[in-house]
Amino acid sequence: MSEKPKVGFYWCASCGGCEESIVDLAEDILMVTDAVDIVFWPVGLDFKRRDLEAMDDGAITASMINGAIRTSEQEEMARLLRRKSRIVVAYGACAQMGGIPSLANQFEREQLLRYVYEDAPTVVNEGKTRPREVHRDNGHTLSLPQFRNVVRALDQVIDVDYYLPGCPPTPKLLKEAVLALLSGNLPPKGTVLAPDTALCDQCPLRDSKPADLKISRFARPHQIEVDPEKCLLAQGLACMGPATRAGCEARCITGHMPCTGCFGPTSRVKDHGAKILSALASTVDANEVAEIDAALSGIPDPVGTFYRYGLAKSLLRRRVKVEV
Amino acid sequence: MNTEERTKIAGNGDWQPRIVAFFCNWCTYTAADLAGVSRMKYAPNVRIIRVMCSGRVDPQFVLDAFARGADGVLIGGCHPGDCHYIEGNYKALRRERMLRRMLREMGIEGARFRLEWISASEGEKVKSVMNDMVEKVRGLGPLRLPERRREWDREMAEEPGEKEVIAHV
Repeated sequence: MSEKPKVGFYWCASCGGCEESIVDLAEDILMVTDAVDIVFWPVGLDFKRRDLEAMDDGAITASMINGAIRTSEQEEMARLLRRKSRIVVAYGACAQMGGIPSLANQFEREQLLRYVYEDAPTVVNEGKTRPREVHRDNGHTLSLPQFRNVVRALDQVIDVDYYLPGCPPTPKLLKEAVLALLSGNLPPKGTVLAPDTALCDQCPLRDSKPADLKISRFARPHQIEVDPEKCLLAQGLACMGPATRAGCEARCITGHMPCTGCFGPTSRVKDHGAKILSALASTVDANEVAEIDAALSGIPDPVGTFYRYGLAKSLLRRRVKVEV
Repeated sequence: MNTEERTKIAGNGDWQPRIVAFFCNWCTYTAADLAGVSRMKYAPNVRIIRVMCSGRVDPQFVLDAFARGADGVLIGGCHPGDCHYIEGNYKALRRERMLRRMLREMGIEGARFRLEWISASEGEKVKSVMNDMVEKVRGLGPLRLPERRREWDREMAEEPGEKEVIAHV
């Protein structure tokens, strides 16, 4: 029997990008499989839930779970993996903070189902048929997981040991995390496995950031001609760099796109969206209400901009009152 | 929401609005002091937190107050041009304009969040603003975010395995 540490990968409400980032290790994945046994990875290898159930509790050294939690089945799988694993890593922005799927927390379950199955322009569904949780036919029963009303981050469902941020995490951070797990030289529980400093600190354009930022109007990338040599925030783009954790190697900035905040906040920040709202709004170069509003109108979707990856972990968590 | 519903939600008939107020040390807090020594009577629903400047009020404070059960949040600062730190109140105003839009999108009514300029001599204005805000928030009913969070999480409480489940792995 092999004595190698056992690692599991699983996905919940996610796009598949986190799984792709594991494949992006390229040849380095051989280094990983030399050092560990992958014992559960439904996307890449043929494992079933019953294989996981058959393992002893705590048999897996570390499980990397990506995706937000939206259905009852994802909750069950998260709990099962928690039981079988000594370490659980929330892998990627969705598991860490709810991610893009948690923007659905602006709506009620009924609104979402009605749109997807009835109102969307591409849908033809005269009978208004919707999937049901339990379907019985001819003595046979088929069930579907329950679609929850709230999208959650992984640590709102199970206990999480570490967080690997990013949409998706970079191969570099994944490699460092795996090496740390193998060495047994682990940081304190709850650590986000990336530098605890703002992206501006590592930004290649940081020298062009004025000491006193003054923004007369915010703009979106397609509305201006971006100067690739100049701080994007100083050009009026809503760049999340000042309030977002570093560690991504400034990949978006290098591609002349502003940071959208996928690495989440640094450890001192309680609410990522409120912090970036504060940083951006206070730089507006106006003192009159009408002028301030005009400058801020360049940010047409505040919730979608400030909480793009983290509505589930915001202080408010979801929209409070919704007309259904 | 009608009175009956509000009473039901509050769990009893004596729900009172809870307002958290962040008052700047130099103007509004001093004005509240003045209201006190002048023995003005105002609604007892406001919990005042003294800050050095309205510009010190991080939007996180506002969200945290709501998340911990406040029904309304009031920020009081010096009139434009009068800031002890030159432009702290303008920063507060710029943040308030953005935060107001965001709160609306998150389903929190505009009257629950308010920014007012009140100078050190305007004790009367402290009284009228507080009374007015308490009445408006009373009309909206309780926000009760801590209770809502517990209700949202109730959907997870069902014991796994009780329902018929087919593995989807």
